[in-house]
Amino acid sequence: MSAMPAVVAINTFREAVRDRVLYNLIFFALLMIGASILVGEISVGIERLVIINLGLAAISIFGLIMAVFIGVGLVYKEIEKRTLYSLLAKPIRRGEFLVGKYGGLLLTLVVNTSLMTLGLAVALFYVGRPFLRSDASILIAVYFIVLELALVTALALFFSCFSSPVLSTLFTLGIYLTGMFAADIRDFGDLTRNPVVQGVARLLYYLVPNFHNFNAIAAAAHGETIPLTLVLHNTLYTLLYVTLVLLAASAVFSRRDLK
Amino acid sequence: MNIPAIEILGLTKDYPVGFWRKRMRRSLDNLTLQVEQGEVFGFLGPNGAGKTTTLKLLIGLIFPTSGTARVCGRSIDDVGMHREIGYLPEQPYFYDYLTARELLDYYSRFSGYGAAARRDRVARALERVGLAGAADVQLRKFSKGMLQRAGIAQAILHDPQVVFLDEPMSGLDPVGRREVRDIIVELRQQGRTVFFSTHILSDAEMLCDRVAVLVTGKLQGVGAPEEIVSIEVRGMEILFEARDHRGLQPGLAERATRSGTRYRLELPEADLYAVLEQLRASNARILSITQVRPTLEDYFLRMVDREQPQSHAVGVTP
Repeated sequence: MSAMPAVVAINTFREAVRDRVLYNLIFFALLMIGASILVGEISVGIERLVIINLGLAAISIFGLIMAVFIGVGLVYKEIEKRTLYSLLAKPIRRGEFLVGKYGGLLLTLVVNTSLMTLGLAVALFYVGRPFLRSDASILIAVYFIVLELALVTALALFFSCFSSPVLSTLFTLGIYLTGMFAADIRDFGDLTRNPVVQGVARLLYYLVPNFHNFNAIAAAAHGETIPLTLVLHNTLYTLLYVTLVLLAASAVFSRRDLK
Repeated sequence: MNIPAIEILGLTKDYPVGFWRKRMRRSLDNLTLQVEQGEVFGFLGPNGAGKTTTLKLLIGLIFPTSGTARVCGRSIDDVGMHREIGYLPEQPYFYDYLTARELLDYYSRFSGYGAAARRDRVARALERVGLAGAADVQLRKFSKGMLQRAGIAQAILHDPQVVFLDEPMSGLDPVGRREVRDIIVELRQQGRTVFFSTHILSDAEMLCDRVAVLVTGKLQGVGAPEEIVSIEVRGMEILFEARDHRGLQPGLAERATRSGTRYRLELPEADLYAVLEQLRASNARILSITQVRPTLEDYFLRMVDREQPQSHAVGVTP
């Protein structure tokens, strides 16, 4: 494996840090502090539930915003600003460049999510409850959020290889929303008993990532155990899907004229 | 046998134009060219001539419609060829959140150098382009000229065999231009090949072993600057001195341009001896007699005038 993607990834991470992308953590911290104080006042006995729900939802939304809005500009910005010209004159393949950009943003998201998870732990500690064994579910829920972000980033990067940031954002969010309701769309298709609608619904179901399977927030909040088979399934699914999307992105980008 | 530094064979590039009904516009038309190792080669042409297109094709930023090219004997499709080249894009722009030192360190990582070698090379390159004092300043605070120097530094950082420079003098003040000229001369002394595009003909005339003139995507001529312009003699120029203009033979003073007691006269070669006879009879003192040859600029403008009125679109449909 070439070291080129790692070089690009580290620079992409550095760009995110210097562009103050991690400032979103301040908002997250404020949200957690505010919620902890408020929850202590109004919700006796369900502090755990509220804080975990709110914290995980915020981690997911903040991460999603970053993945989409930075992801769609990953390649586009490099072409628009022509920073890519001198870079591609170095001995690096376009596919390696894409993998590096992807890795860099993913690294940023992982660091961001980890720090937010730490914030959530502090908030839980503040509302005065000891850590339990079932809290492992919270970590798994966070892991699922990271997997979800890995998928969204790959999609955003794919669209950014050939389309403008506005369109890429629309496409990525469109797929994300479709993926959230993938199972419902399939069930709706089955209900219509129309073979054409059924076919389209099934095609959508298999084509878009099934994001519903990555939502373990409610289970974590209620302290339910998340089966390890689901962890394995989601991990393999993400690996496969991301690989396919990156291969497609590389195929598109490798023959694109950088005018 | 020496492998040519750059071999271009029938390189052609069409771009689609139009939104609904796409037509193809030919940006580069069947370019065939060879640049030998160690040459400084100037690529001349007006805006839209296809100079940047050619450079982008050679770097692999765009792909040819037809034709092929090799750099240092390796196909332009081979990414390994990029170890042998350096490239300065036109109006370069870099990651502005990095300092000049960080930028060069980043680029040098692609050449696989260790930390100590990187530090050394980066320091030398910054010194070479006169940016040592601004090494730790973020590029967002750089002027256009400083960005151009940073661009040259990243192009020569890894001692490439062939250096491609797209309008390297653009945006530079006279001091900066001289420094770039010095770098090009130094690269030639080191045996590197330099292929650069420029609008500034005096630079090309001064620096280049050979030049090519490109107009509307078509190659108009290739050769040493003095070869290109010495094909024809436009006439003769006589400089002479006469104390009293009233003593000059009739017609001589009217045809000449006077500056004090000195006169400059341009005339057809066939008239030379007759005029010399008149000057002798007038007791004029001849200071010099030289052939008047067209400059590279004259040649360039003639090529542009010949080609520009033509339509460039070709009737290719996708």
